[in-house]
Amino acid sequence: MSAGHWRGATALVDTNRIAKFGAFYAAEYRIRNMLKWWQAIVAFGIGNPLLYLTSIGIGVGSLIDKNTNGAGPDGVKYLAFIAPALLATAALQGTMEEVTFPVVHGFDWRKVFFAMHAAGLTGKQVAQGVIISAITRSVFTVSVYWAILWAFDAFSSPSALWLIPIEIYFGACFAAVMMAVSAYMKEDDGWFAIIGRFVIAPMFLFSGTFYALSTLPLTIRWVGWISPLWHATEIGRYFSYDHPISSTMLLVHFGYMTLLGIAGLLVANRKFALRLAA
Amino acid sequence: MPDDQIVPRLTLVPNPENQTQMIVAQNLTKVYGDFTAVAGIDFTVAKGESFGLLGPNGAGKSTTMRMITATLQRSGGDLTILDKDPDKFGPQIRAHLGVVPQADNLDTELKVHENLYIYGRYFGLSRKYLTKKIDELLAFAQLEDKRNSKVDQLSGGMKRRLTIARALVNEPEVLLLDEPTTGLDPQARHVLWDRLFRLKEQGVTLVITTHYMDEAEQLCDRLIVMDQGKIMAQGSPASLIAEHSSPEVVEVRFGSDRNAAVAERISHIGDRMDVLPDRILIYAQDGEAALAEIISLGQHPVTSLVRRSSLEDVFLRLTGRTLVD
Repeated sequence: MSAGHWRGATALVDTNRIAKFGAFYAAEYRIRNMLKWWQAIVAFGIGNPLLYLTSIGIGVGSLIDKNTNGAGPDGVKYLAFIAPALLATAALQGTMEEVTFPVVHGFDWRKVFFAMHAAGLTGKQVAQGVIISAITRSVFTVSVYWAILWAFDAFSSPSALWLIPIEIYFGACFAAVMMAVSAYMKEDDGWFAIIGRFVIAPMFLFSGTFYALSTLPLTIRWVGWISPLWHATEIGRYFSYDHPISSTMLLVHFGYMTLLGIAGLLVANRKFALRLAA
Repeated sequence: MPDDQIVPRLTLVPNPENQTQMIVAQNLTKVYGDFTAVAGIDFTVAKGESFGLLGPNGAGKSTTMRMITATLQRSGGDLTILDKDPDKFGPQIRAHLGVVPQADNLDTELKVHENLYIYGRYFGLSRKYLTKKIDELLAFAQLEDKRNSKVDQLSGGMKRRLTIARALVNEPEVLLLDEPTTGLDPQARHVLWDRLFRLKEQGVTLVITTHYMDEAEQLCDRLIVMDQGKIMAQGSPASLIAEHSSPEVVEVRFGSDRNAAVAERISHIGDRMDVLPDRILIYAQDGEAALAEIISLGQHPVTSLVRRSSLEDVFLRLTGRTLVD
């Protein structure tokens, strides 16, 4: 090669460009990494809804529908009742996967976030990159899940199409919180298992996923109220079969998730910056 | 020009006042709670220079390194990197530097060439530029046949070379390497030194921390010797040796139980003497003559070695301790 090529970083690297697009550069890394596992992501994206729909939607559903003459919880067939909840669960879990272990990977296992930081990205840009990549995967997961639900005839209203952007958005808000939590983890000191068992599992069980939340006694019902999954599920039911929700509650659902998202991002931005510069 | 020459040779201006200063540190300090890691040090790094920070583990080298790579905030003093204050322009400064951290942070799930590509993308460099640059960097790092290998399949030395190649992707104004050869076997170290020496010859500004005195002697035009967060001495390797040591050193071993007793009897020989647990070092103008004198006194060492004075001796002289414990 000829020596004339060496221009020097000052001429070569546009720092304004990095300031503007840095988050996307960080996301590009994560997405490239994700694509290494695309077969697994695709298989899970399709297999997960198929398994749930067959076992619970059809299996449990036929039992419930038989006993309720097709007017199960909320007055609709059981499949229609749980479809929005399953979609919300998939959206939240899918994004969560992209912000938990990848964050520990970035800070501890391979320290790739430190390489990004040394190259000129800020902690905030790295955090945003993680969220952007999680959303990218969520676009795929939620769309596939939605299409399969539609194929199973789980939606009765055309407004169900709104579920795709809304659940992606709710998933991103939840991911921001989980990313903030992950930013505080040192290695995998067992916390993910604890969070999985004592936060995620109860959330799944007590968020009105399989039955209406109102059937629970008040002493447990609050778990649903604070659970992002309940908010995502309620909104989902509203759009997929006209589940009645007051406009106030619509605002509450969107407002709660948006606030969680903003809080998660703020905490994550700060913690990422602190850890990278420590 | 040889294939692996990746930058043009710079004509260095001999007058230091005309040299561009890449890094200027004045009273640079880093404090963690009660512990002072770097205790107010002054140094400058000029364009085209190969600058070293030599010292034992815990001397404050890596902390200094992190401050001058704009990844760690200083607690006090003044610091300018590429004419900018890192507290205000950290990301802008980092985008123009090349950093080789002490522990490789390559991505093991990506292939060798992908590691270079994705790192280049962090600087916003285009695919077109990177496609060409990656070929050049793989040639420089002697990793052309490993292009499609996974990082985990590389040896330690190859990983280091890849990390160095990666740090060159943005054509950095200064390349900073933290302990570049620690943990490598001797052959891998020599290959790495050869690569770094080429960069130095080609005029890349280098900053290297090391606790290996041979590395500092080979690669650095000028260095600071650090201990306990302070600068003990600075200058070129040759001037440091001339100033703080004698030209030659005789190392003699009489057995650990006899060393101290013999030392008393031969203490008048040479310029100075250090008695270590396992051996006696005699600093002399003429090592062979000093050894002959020891033997003429009837003292017959179990082993003896006459060698040129090194930075290790300078460090021992300045601190009373050896570099590698």
